[in-house]
Amino acid sequence: MALLEIEDLHASVDGHEILKGVNLTLNAGEVHSIMGPNGSGKSTLAQVLARRETYAVTQGRVLYDGKDLLGMKPEEAACEGLFLAFQYPVEIPGIGNAYFLRTAMNAIRKYRGEDELDAMDFLPVFRERLKLLEMDDALMNRSVNEGFSGGEKKRNEILQMAMLEPKLAILDETDSGLDIDALRIVAHGVNAMRSRERAFLVITHYQRLLDFIVPDFVHVLVEGKIVRSGGPELALELEEKGYGWTEAQAQPA
Amino acid sequence: MSTSVETIRDLAQQEYKWGFVTKIDEDRVPKGLNEDIVRVISARKGEPEFMLEWRLKALRHWQSLERKEAEPKWANITYGPIDYQDIVYYSAPKQKPALDSLESLDPEILRTYEKLGIPLEEQKRLAGVAVDAVFDSVSVATTFKGKLAEMGVIFCSFSEAVQKHPDLVRKYLGSVVPYTDNFFASLNAAVFTDGSFVYVPKGVRCPMELSTYFRINAAETGQFERTLIVADEGAYVSYLEGCTAPIRDENQLHAAVVELVALDNAQIKYSTVQNWYPGDKEGRGGIYNFVTKRGKCVGVNAKISWTQVETGSAITWKYPSCILQGDNSVGEFYSVALTNNRQQADTGTKMIHIGKNTRSTIVTKGISAGRGQNTYRGQVKIMKSATGARNYTQCDSLLIGEHCGAHTFPYIDVRNSTARMEHEASTSRIGENQLFYLRQRGLKTEEAVSMIVNGFCKTVFRELPMEFAVEAQKLLGVSLEGSVG
Ligand SMILES: Nc1ncnc2c1ncn2[C@@H]1O[C@H](COP(=O)(O)OP(=O)(O)OP(=O)(O)O)[C@@H](O)[C@H]1O
Ligand SMILES: [Mg+2]
Repeated sequence: MALLEIEDLHASVDGHEILKGVNLTLNAGEVHSIMGPNGSGKSTLAQVLARRETYAVTQGRVLYDGKDLLGMKPEEAACEGLFLAFQYPVEIPGIGNAYFLRTAMNAIRKYRGEDELDAMDFLPVFRERLKLLEMDDALMNRSVNEGFSGGEKKRNEILQMAMLEPKLAILDETDSGLDIDALRIVAHGVNAMRSRERAFLVITHYQRLLDFIVPDFVHVLVEGKIVRSGGPELALELEEKGYGWTEAQAQPA
Repeated sequence: MSTSVETIRDLAQQEYKWGFVTKIDEDRVPKGLNEDIVRVISARKGEPEFMLEWRLKALRHWQSLERKEAEPKWANITYGPIDYQDIVYYSAPKQKPALDSLESLDPEILRTYEKLGIPLEEQKRLAGVAVDAVFDSVSVATTFKGKLAEMGVIFCSFSEAVQKHPDLVRKYLGSVVPYTDNFFASLNAAVFTDGSFVYVPKGVRCPMELSTYFRINAAETGQFERTLIVADEGAYVSYLEGCTAPIRDENQLHAAVVELVALDNAQIKYSTVQNWYPGDKEGRGGIYNFVTKRGKCVGVNAKISWTQVETGSAITWKYPSCILQGDNSVGEFYSVALTNNRQQADTGTKMIHIGKNTRSTIVTKGISAGRGQNTYRGQVKIMKSATGARNYTQCDSLLIGEHCGAHTFPYIDVRNSTARMEHEASTSRIGENQLFYLRQRGLKTEEAVSMIVNGFCKTVFRELPMEFAVEAQKLLGVSLEGSVG
């Protein structure tokens, strides 16, 4: 059974239709990449899947793990194992990173009927993941994303993903703003999490990321529709020819 | 399309959890205020002559104020007229509480305090908090007294202090807040029925948090308690007060006075978690909390620190202040004030710099939700004599929803050119993007709001004793539930 099945998804913001009939299927264990020009609706798709309420779904159906995703609230989707690494992570002043993460983990555990983690259970795992992402302990005593550099924020998103261990992780331009070393570290973190039970939807503009995180499928989103799908080689082709080429192909016959 | 704002609006309304009424026999005087009532109160308490006289002077002063203009009108709050003749000024649990033994206390009262989570019983004393509990007008039990007495610390009800330590009371009563200070302070001086008294002798560091728990139970009753804390030279004490009241449709008046006196090198830390019944969603009922709190750093290097978390009351009118008289003395005010539904708060502080090199810090966090109105009003006064004085003020407001308000009135009066003043202010709103971010990580909207608000208040919570900081965080969460929108 597919982990995520998107059928004819239409969504709009403030009355503007942004997604105009997206179809996409992800199986557990797969990594899919979505590419596409600025403003084509990639983040919109990510946020709709994460159930942001400022986006209205006007048509279509999404099954996630066999359940109706569009009927879920953001926190329900999160507790069902859907994780979104934000293109623009948000600052929460006054709330320490570690405390925030433990609260989030416990919210999810509670939803699943599991015992809450106390600091003793939490810390060893936390330290191990910090190491995996080569993150500075000092950063963790600071407030969530407050005063973090662009790259630090992105890396923090991946740290959260590594702690929350989602079934479906959507990464929205996590590579933008990362230096070469950070890119490698983040990719390593993602690869370490690839497993048969987990799927990734990786939104990016750069083929470079896909050298590190090799996807099973690449899709091209243009003007709210997936106009082309293929293997990793599609990313190379795009790099060479640009989106104009796919847009030409997208013209209805 | 459902927006996030609408979603938050849908949240279930949380009821006030402390709104129960305890059934006990009360000994109460008839409604109304006149010389006879004051005499009755003083007689019931078996007070010495000087107390009665002081009360009567206060009453006359209050009566003259009432004839002129009644309550002060400058605060940014609105409420109907208060009929001072329609209030019961003394109500006490009938069975006369024997202060030294909890066994003789009405079990109903003990159960009430259990419900409120106050560690009154012997086995619970391990918590390390000495508690004085004021039920309606009378102090019902003071724990830990023996242990404190060994160190010479006096911690008892005000009534008991009047009996056992009349010289101390006489020396310091009204020395910081005279009975002429303001309308409500005069009223309190005339009719106050109990409260707490603390004296920490020279050089003693009080080994535990002292705590008073105030509870208004009886209907149509005002609560007028008076607290006096004296830290002698080099002494240190940390004191906490908490307050709750039952749900009632009518408004109840609470007009307390707190006086702090810090002598040379002494330090007083005073923390409040105020959770009086705030009234219902439409603004029916709730406590009118009109309180005068002031501390005086009489000696050099003295320090007085106020920390308050104000979540309750229909109306809060209160300005815990510091008179920095001793050279190098320090005043601090840390405040979180939350107004939800129809609550109104006009709160802040006054820092009066008299001594040289005196320093003051003001950090306030105002949170407005629902139709709540939150006003910060603060005054920093640097007198001519206060060479080298410094003040730092930071006022932040957080708005939740579209129908609430935040207002800031900082008054600065500098009469010495060496003064250094810093002022920062900000107003922000909880963003939909912040809420979505937290919800995407698994938190419910309420939990997300509560987390953002707690983060906002962190610099103030840090000043609270640990266990009370936890309590304050929970309280904020509860006070905010169903508020957003
Ligand atoms: N409130 C709004 N009203 C109208 N249009 C909006 C609104 N919010 C977003 N849009 C538009 O929706 C379109 C899709 O935006 P989206 O963020 O999904 O693009 P994207 O593919 O992620 O782009 P990028 O590569 O730049 O991140 C954009 O044209 C954007 O301007
Ligand atoms: Mg985007």
